[in-house]
Amino acid sequence: MLFHPAVLSLYLFSILISLMVLYAAFYGVQILMRWNLQSGSELQLSLEKKTYLISTLLTYLFSFQLISLFSFTHTVEHLHPLFVGAMCAAGTLYVNAYGYPALLLKLFNFLLAGLWLILNYTDNRGYDYPLIKKKYLLLLLLAPFLWIETILQMSFFLDLKPDVITSCCGTLFSTDPSSVASEIASLPSLPMKWIFYLVLFSTVGLGLFFYRREKGGYLFAVMSGLSLLVSMASLISFISLYFYELPTHHCPFCLLKKEYGYAGYPLYIALLGGAITGMGVGVLMPFRKIVSLKEILPSIQKRAALISAILYLIFLIVATYPVLFSTFRLEGY
Amino acid sequence: MWIEKQGNIIDFTLSSLLRRKRKNLALISVYMLVIFFFASVMFFTHAIKKEASIILKEAPEMVVQKMAGGRHELIPLGYIEQIKEIRGAHSVKGRLWGYYYDPVAGANFTLMVPGEGEVEQGGIAVGKGVSRVRFLDEEDEMEFMASDGEVFGLKVKQIFSPESELVSSDLILISEEDFRKLFGMVKGVATDIVLSVRNPKELSTIALKIAERLPDTRIILREEMLRTYEMVFNWRGGMMLVVLSGTLLAFIIFSWDRASGLSAEERREIGILKAIGWETSDVILMKFWEGTVISVSSFFVGVFLAYLHVFFLSSPLFEPALKGWAILYPKFKLIPFIDFYQIATLFFFTVVPYTGATIIPSWRAATIDPDSVMRT
Repeated sequence: MLFHPAVLSLYLFSILISLMVLYAAFYGVQILMRWNLQSGSELQLSLEKKTYLISTLLTYLFSFQLISLFSFTHTVEHLHPLFVGAMCAAGTLYVNAYGYPALLLKLFNFLLAGLWLILNYTDNRGYDYPLIKKKYLLLLLLAPFLWIETILQMSFFLDLKPDVITSCCGTLFSTDPSSVASEIASLPSLPMKWIFYLVLFSTVGLGLFFYRREKGGYLFAVMSGLSLLVSMASLISFISLYFYELPTHHCPFCLLKKEYGYAGYPLYIALLGGAITGMGVGVLMPFRKIVSLKEILPSIQKRAALISAILYLIFLIVATYPVLFSTFRLEGY
Repeated sequence: MWIEKQGNIIDFTLSSLLRRKRKNLALISVYMLVIFFFASVMFFTHAIKKEASIILKEAPEMVVQKMAGGRHELIPLGYIEQIKEIRGAHSVKGRLWGYYYDPVAGANFTLMVPGEGEVEQGGIAVGKGVSRVRFLDEEDEMEFMASDGEVFGLKVKQIFSPESELVSSDLILISEEDFRKLFGMVKGVATDIVLSVRNPKELSTIALKIAERLPDTRIILREEMLRTYEMVFNWRGGMMLVVLSGTLLAFIIFSWDRASGLSAEERREIGILKAIGWETSDVILMKFWEGTVISVSSFFVGVFLAYLHVFFLSSPLFEPALKGWAILYPKFKLIPFIDFYQIATLFFFTVVPYTGATIIPSWRAATIDPDSVMRT
């Protein structure tokens, strides 16, 4: 059990987020069951009012989720000196089995919440709540994941046993330091580079193509999702190495540190933003035929595709900068 | 256009906040007080943790203590030779130190034997705290009672500078001969053994070897000491925060209540706004900016006051709980250590719950029907 203030604040965060989503889901169920735009009943009126509340709640939730994502990685990094063998955040997350699942779920929920906001934005633009049922179905899907995340995160922190001096024995080396793996397995760098640049450039290209011609929306969305995965793998495989100028340090979290100019923040924000807006284009594709959205949907999609392409481009530039301009050569031998 | 809209809404929010000065000032001062408490605890624990880690940087990498019956015992100097044989261990030295209870001051002093030649026989060097409670000046004599009851005096040769007070407040440096005489300690033993290691990666290997050769010892690494201090202060700070969480909860209930209990005047104002064309989402936006203005101003004032409290006044409110206590506690001003992370954590602790508590009330305010309010 850790009583670190930052850990306590993360508990607070996740409990607040879980309660918010529970409240929203409760009304989500009501909307799914009772929603009838034709009716002028009191219930329908109150449900229409509630949609404002739920949009506001989810907007806050989304921003809280982003903050808690970065706060979580930062806290985990901060705690690493407490564990033998943990050199940075990657090591702390390995201390027990809950660390990485919690982090991945945080990422996943952030993406899901982002897609929900895109749906919500589109829905609010149509005059007859065209996407209301889909929107609340997605919300009901998000709620359990957020709860699992809260539980995983709590289990992670509660299960951390720092290696401190005990009264009986000051020595710790009896516990094998190698049991805490502090390095992350990585893919070979050279083929990864090819895949990375191929996928990322084609995603940016497809995004711009969609912006101009409004064609290939599904393909672009799939590629944005793929780009996210490939970029994550590449960050571990070679991009981070160029930032650290070390051929052995594969940690994707140290990028967020001051020593490396906080390069991780623009990288991750551009990457996550690009993925959300890019996949949002695909999510909106099936609704192009709905009457009340016919006029506005293409412009929303085009804007999303453009934003996604720009963000991925920013990610590419920030990630490629050290590859080109640092003196470090990864395949130099 | 988007920015203009926000600007106009902020404009309106500020003027409406100023119209209800007294009510908002009450909220801000309570808010500020909560932030002040939380910030003081966090600044203090963080600074003292930093202080401890700076001091421990100078500590030996490894300390070997002899154990007997689960208790720390004097270690034979013969062990030094055995440790020296281990490859990689160097500057292996025995240390002599202990505590002396001084009945005049009613306090415990830490006695230490420094390296050879630093203090001559018959002389001592004392910390500022010792000189304060015993009214000692240089060249004064201080009496000690040896373990056999004999009283003898030692001359103060030096008083440490006030800068080092955190480490040296209760310290007395004494020569080896006087030390052994005072505590009746035979030759050939030391309090513990310290050593350093050339390659830090070998620390645990060397510790293991020592533990194998000398099974009756316990080995403490500097890292472990650092870790333990970190944990102790984290724990103390965390405990204080848990205690204070009651305050936070009270504040959340207060702000929830305040945000939902709109006065007739406020309700009419919102009714009029909606009647002249504001949408529900605009009113929610206005409420958002209202919350932001209140939070940000309370946050900055609260943090500023906490900074003064901790770093200029040495946190008189929390010191005893956080630092532990001792009769001869050093007087010192903490060096201000504040980083963005701390401020961010503080922000999460205070502003986020406040925001969470006001979402539903502000939505309720924003969905008021204009006609129903204006008719009353």
